Amino acid sequence: MTPPQASAATARERPQPRPGIPLIAHSRADAIVAYRGGVAVRAAEFLAEVMSVARNLPGGKHVLNACSDRYRFAVGFAAALVAGKVSLLPSTHTPEVIRQLTVFAPDVFCLTDEARCDIDLPRVSYPALSQGARAWPVPEIDSEQLAAYVFTSGSTGTPVPYRKTWGRLVRCVRDGAARFGLLDGRSYGLVGTVPPQHMYGFESTVLIALQSGAALCNERPFYAADIAAALASVPRPRILVSTPIHLRTLVSSEIALPEIDLVLSATAPLSQALACEVEERFRTELHEIYGSTETGQIATRRTSETAEWRLWKDVRLTPADDRTWASGGHVEQRTAMCDVIEITSDDRFLLHGRLADLVNIAGKRSSLAYLTHQLTAIPGVVDGAFFLPADEGSASNTIGITRVAAAVVAPGMDANALTEQLRRRIDPVFLPRPLVFVDRLPRNGTGKLPQEALQALVAKSLKRVAASE
Amino acid sequence: MPDNATPLRQPAPAADTGDLQQELAELIVQALNLDLAPAAIDPQAALYGEGLGLDSIDILEIALVVSKRYGIQLRADSEENGEIFRSLAHLAAYIAAHRTK
Repeated sequence: MTPPQASAATARERPQPRPGIPLIAHSRADAIVAYRGGVAVRAAEFLAEVMSVARNLPGGKHVLNACSDRYRFAVGFAAALVAGKVSLLPSTHTPEVIRQLTVFAPDVFCLTDEARCDIDLPRVSYPALSQGARAWPVPEIDSEQLAAYVFTSGSTGTPVPYRKTWGRLVRCVRDGAARFGLLDGRSYGLVGTVPPQHMYGFESTVLIALQSGAALCNERPFYAADIAAALASVPRPRILVSTPIHLRTLVSSEIALPEIDLVLSATAPLSQALACEVEERFRTELHEIYGSTETGQIATRRTSETAEWRLWKDVRLTPADDRTWASGGHVEQRTAMCDVIEITSDDRFLLHGRLADLVNIAGKRSSLAYLTHQLTAIPGVVDGAFFLPADEGSASNTIGITRVAAAVVAPGMDANALTEQLRRRIDPVFLPRPLVFVDRLPRNGTGKLPQEALQALVAKSLKRVAASE
Repeated sequence: MPDNATPLRQPAPAADTGDLQQELAELIVQALNLDLAPAAIDPQAALYGEGLGLDSIDILEIALVVSKRYGIQLRADSEENGEIFRSLAHLAAYIAAHRTK
């Protein structure tokens, strides 16, 4: 990671005062910004809390906002903006990623709302606040202000940072809000099953609520019954921001849900069948969102009606060098997308799966190269490789998740010790299933690992397990 | 969890939930495509994180299986939630106490 650099030159090139964008789009002091356990938080109360948290932040310029309560995350993010600080949003908080964050930004501190927090950084607890404080009017934030860095895992073992300015973040979610019809003057209640730290959750549960005048539910419901209860805790019109995993769970469980006016889904493509099932079962409208950490959200589709994605206004895709590149609109820099894309018209396209090396499990993205790098960096590991099991699709479970597998040469280590080491380095969703120990990897004459040979290792390992039953 | 839910019992003796533990182990291995024999799951070992190494996606999957097979809707805000997945024995005990089918 290259350390962030002060851009004095950029500042000199812009002598004009730059336009500010209000922190929230709520136009009245008593508009509802959030529901906490079913209790409404008014805009003026939210702003007072933001100012109070901002005053309590330490000197460092970079904040790792680890608040698990969505409302507190939103307050923490807004407080960082008001205080001129930058929120860091890595996709996972493993010790290795935290260590790399301190290299990227040595002054980083962690804002947490948990009594127990095992993130190894200087810590600021979310402060206890005085009840009934109010602040108004809404502060404006310079649209060019650096609001956040988001990170992708990269392929060399070092996370890659991407800048997000306030103006472009806002432009993206406002365009989205307009497309989903949220700017109709009604106050939407928004429930999300995804964490606010993830790019999708950051945009679709926090930023879109702040910038469309909606009210976010502080909870992050997990089980189907939790989702039903969280939805019931906010009034209509309601939005459910979720993923194929949770939607599959909701449809499969026989649970009754309150009315939902809009469902958003992202992190992995949804089948048309599941989209139709969700719409029929819950008498709602489902829109899927496509994007990436680098670009943010760039397209949507009404999956029950079409396979074609429609790009955000002003965002364009262009093919070059066997990849498809996104640019324009809120996209900060021209970015190669990680999917196989067929452009069907100026603003439409079809998706045909991920590029070969990339894996996406439950919205967490990584590459086999990165995972392999982390595996072979463990002391005691002689050789190793991550790969995708051959029968992808058929081997996935009910909620449609396929895991990665790994083969390793590590004499003297057992599976538990190795898994424990991996757990410190990579997100748990990427822990290998199976993890096969071998005397040597089946490398060919050029040192490459043929897919068939790796698959044969897995098949052999599974047979051995079956035989021991 | 409803307010009147019975407090979680310590895992019952093997004679009481042993069959249920065996059935659950089979369900879990099958639902998650785990690379091990059902009998290899230690009834007292942690299911989540260390131990069997399950993660939140697996827990959702198990919750779905449990709701279908035993008619129990799990809730995360229940104080018992951490306890339920502490081990196969705890999960079996919870199901034995709350099952509706």
